[in-house]
Amino acid sequence: MKARTTIRRTGVVASSAALVLAMAACGGGTATGGASGAASVSVNEGSNFVVLTANENPALRTQLDNLAKGVCAEPNKALPLQHETVAQADVVTKITLLASQGSLPNHFIAGTAQVRPTGDLGKANLLLNYEQKLTELGAWNNVSPAAAQTVKGVYGQMVSLPYQYNIEGIWYNKKLFAANNITEPKTYDELLAAMDKLKAAGVVPITEGGKQGWPLTRLIGLHLFRNVGPNALADVRDGKAKLTDPEYVKAAQALADMGAKGYLGEGVSSRETDAAVASFLTGKAGMMYNGSWFLSNVNDPKQNVIGVDAVGFMPFPAVSGGKGSIEQWPANAGASMSMRAKDFGPKSGAWLKCIAENFGEEALKTSGQISGLKVNKEVATVAPATKMVQEKVAGAKESVLWFEALMDSKSNALASTNVSLLVTGQMSPADYMAKLQTSIEANK
Amino acid sequence: MRRVLADKKTIVLLLAPALLMYTLLKLVPVVWSLGLSFFEGNLLTGFTFVGGKNFVDFTRDPDAINALMVTLKYSVVVTAGQVVMGYSLALLYVFVLRRASALVRTVAFFPTVLPSVAVALLFKSFFSVGDNQGPVNSVMNLMGYPSVEFLASGSLTFMVAVIMELWRSMGFYAVLLYAGLVDIPVETLESARIDGAGGLRLVSNIVLPLSAPILLSSVIFSFNATLKVFDGLLALNNGGPGSETTPLTLYMYRSAFQYAEYGYGSTVAVVLTLLCLVFTLGVFRTSRQDVTV
Repeated sequence: MKARTTIRRTGVVASSAALVLAMAACGGGTATGGASGAASVSVNEGSNFVVLTANENPALRTQLDNLAKGVCAEPNKALPLQHETVAQADVVTKITLLASQGSLPNHFIAGTAQVRPTGDLGKANLLLNYEQKLTELGAWNNVSPAAAQTVKGVYGQMVSLPYQYNIEGIWYNKKLFAANNITEPKTYDELLAAMDKLKAAGVVPITEGGKQGWPLTRLIGLHLFRNVGPNALADVRDGKAKLTDPEYVKAAQALADMGAKGYLGEGVSSRETDAAVASFLTGKAGMMYNGSWFLSNVNDPKQNVIGVDAVGFMPFPAVSGGKGSIEQWPANAGASMSMRAKDFGPKSGAWLKCIAENFGEEALKTSGQISGLKVNKEVATVAPATKMVQEKVAGAKESVLWFEALMDSKSNALASTNVSLLVTGQMSPADYMAKLQTSIEANK
Repeated sequence: MRRVLADKKTIVLLLAPALLMYTLLKLVPVVWSLGLSFFEGNLLTGFTFVGGKNFVDFTRDPDAINALMVTLKYSVVVTAGQVVMGYSLALLYVFVLRRASALVRTVAFFPTVLPSVAVALLFKSFFSVGDNQGPVNSVMNLMGYPSVEFLASGSLTFMVAVIMELWRSMGFYAVLLYAGLVDIPVETLESARIDGAGGLRLVSNIVLPLSAPILLSSVIFSFNATLKVFDGLLALNNGGPGSETTPLTLYMYRSAFQYAEYGYGSTVAVVLTLLCLVFTLGVFRTSRQDVTV
C-alpha cells in the first residue's frame, strides 16, 4: 500500500523552504494563510495599486508612471500606483511564495507555466480573466484581437495584459544587401545564398546573442513552422509528433549547419545580446533575428550607426516544399502580466480600464513600442522604422509562437542551454532533439 | 572559578545561548532539509510525501550525475592546485624571500578579497572571442594561432574556471600555510642544516612532516569550499556550455528556485552535505593512519 500524505500547512512549509537548501536564504517570511481560491467575501484592494515588474523592464514602470501622472490621474488618486520589482530569474520563486501567503500584488509579472490552466496559479484560480473583466468594464475592444489570440495561445487563457505585441523576423542591413547584390530572401535556400555572399564579403552574415540561447532556438522553431507547418510544436505537446522525427531533426540540423559554416560569426555561443545588437547596428553583421522590441535600438541614433534608412525587416523565409507560409509571423505579447482575481474591486477596475484605453498610445509615444493594446489617439510623430513594423503587424494574417513556447520550464531551459553545444558542433542535432524530447516527456 | 565551572547549572547557562543559536541556524535547517527531501511539491500546491523517490530519481537523473561529477572533478583539481601552489608560495616566502616577502604576500593575497563574480567577469573578458576579443586570444593570434572560443567548450570552460579559482585563492592558502611554516622551530631547521640537510631534503624530511597539521586543515578547508562552488561557475558561463560545468549547488538552486521542485532541490542539498561529510571524514581517517605509520 502506498502511503500518500498531503501536507498543506503552508505556514510551516514556507519557513522550511526558506531554511532548507543548504541555508540558501531565500528570504521567505511567515505565511499567514494557504492558497485559496478566488472567492472572497469582502474586497480589500489595499491602499496602493501595487505593480510588480521585472527589474529588467524599466520602460514599463516609466510608462505606467506617465499614465498615473496624466490620463490615469483619477484611478491613481483613488489607489496610488506603487512599484515593486523582482529579478526576472526570481519571478517564479517570488510569485509562488507570495501566492502561498495570499499576498499577491494587484498586478504582477508571473512565469509562463504558472499562469497556464495547468500551472500553479491557474489551477488555484488566482488570476483575473481579462477578457471577462474588460468586457464587463466595456473596454475589451482596446485589446487587439491578434494580441489576444497570442496570449491565449501561449497561456491557454486571457490572463496576461498584452503591454507589448511583438512580431519577430530578420532585420537586415539594406546597404550591405545592395552592395552584395542581395535581394530580400523569400526562401530558405535564398537566405543561405545571401549568407554565403555576406561571408565572402567579410561581414558576419547573421549575428545573434547566443549567450541567451533563445535567439538561436528561434531559428530552429521558425524552420519547423515553415517546413512542418504552424502546428509543428503543438503536435509535439499533444504527443502527435516527436522532436526526434526526421523533419524535426532537420530543423536542428539547419541551425547546426549555420554554425559549422561560420554564418553566425566567431564566438556566437558566448555573445551577449548587446554585442550582437552593436554588431548589427554598426554594420559588422548583415542580419539579425530579433523581435519588434528591437525598434528602440534601431530608433536610437546613438546606437544605430548605419542609419534608420539602412534597416530592413523581413519574415523568416519559406522552406521549399514546406507546409508553413512566410506570412505566418512569430508573435509574442511580452512576459505575463497578470492581476489577482481576489480583492479585485472598482478601484483596480478603474486602473485596468484606464491602462487598456491609454497604454497603446503611451507606449508608442514614449518608446516607439507597439503594444497589444490599441492606440486610440493618433500619435503625431512615429519613427519610420516603427511605421514599417506597424504596417507589417497590420498586414500579418496569421501568427505562430516560438520554439519553446509550449514547453515546460525545465525543457525550455534545456533548449536554451544546449543550443550552444549544437551550434558549436559538440552535440549532434539528433542528440539535441532527443534530449529535449526526453525532457518534455519526463515533465508532462 | 573552579567552583563556578563545576556548577552544572552555570555551564548550561553559559553554553545555552551559543548552543541554541547553533541548533536553530545550523542543525534545524539540515534536519529540515533532510525531511523535505522525502516530499514533492511547492509552497502553493502543498507537499506530498513520496518516500525515497527523490533519492532514486537522483541516481537515475543524468543531469544530477553530471553535476555530481563536475563537483567532484572541480573539487579534486582545485584543492590539489590550491594546496600545492599555496604551499609553494609559502615556502618561497619563508625560505627565499624571508623578511622581504611582505609585499609579495600582499600582492598574492589581494585577489582573495575580490568578489568571485567580479573575478569571473574579468576572466570571461580575458578569454573572450569575436568583436570584443580578450588578451588571451590576441596573444594567440600574435603567435600565429587562430582564436579559440574557450567558453564554447566544456573542458576549456572547466580549465578557465580552475585557473580563475587558483588565481583568486592561492594567496589565501599561501598565507594560511605560511602561518604554519613560521611556527616550525628555527632550532630544528638549524640542526637539520648542520646535519647536512638542505633544499629539497630539508623540505621533504623536516618541513613537510612538521607542517602536516596545517596542510591537513588546508585540504579539508579547500575541499569543503570547492565542493560548494556556485557563484564563480554561474558568472563565468552559467554552468555551460549546456550543463557541462554545472555543479551540484547550481543544479540544486535551479531545481528548487527555477523549477519550484523544493523536495528534489533538498535531495541535492542532502547529497552535497553527505559529500562534504564523507570527504572530511576520509581526510581525517587518512591523516590518522599516516600518523600511526
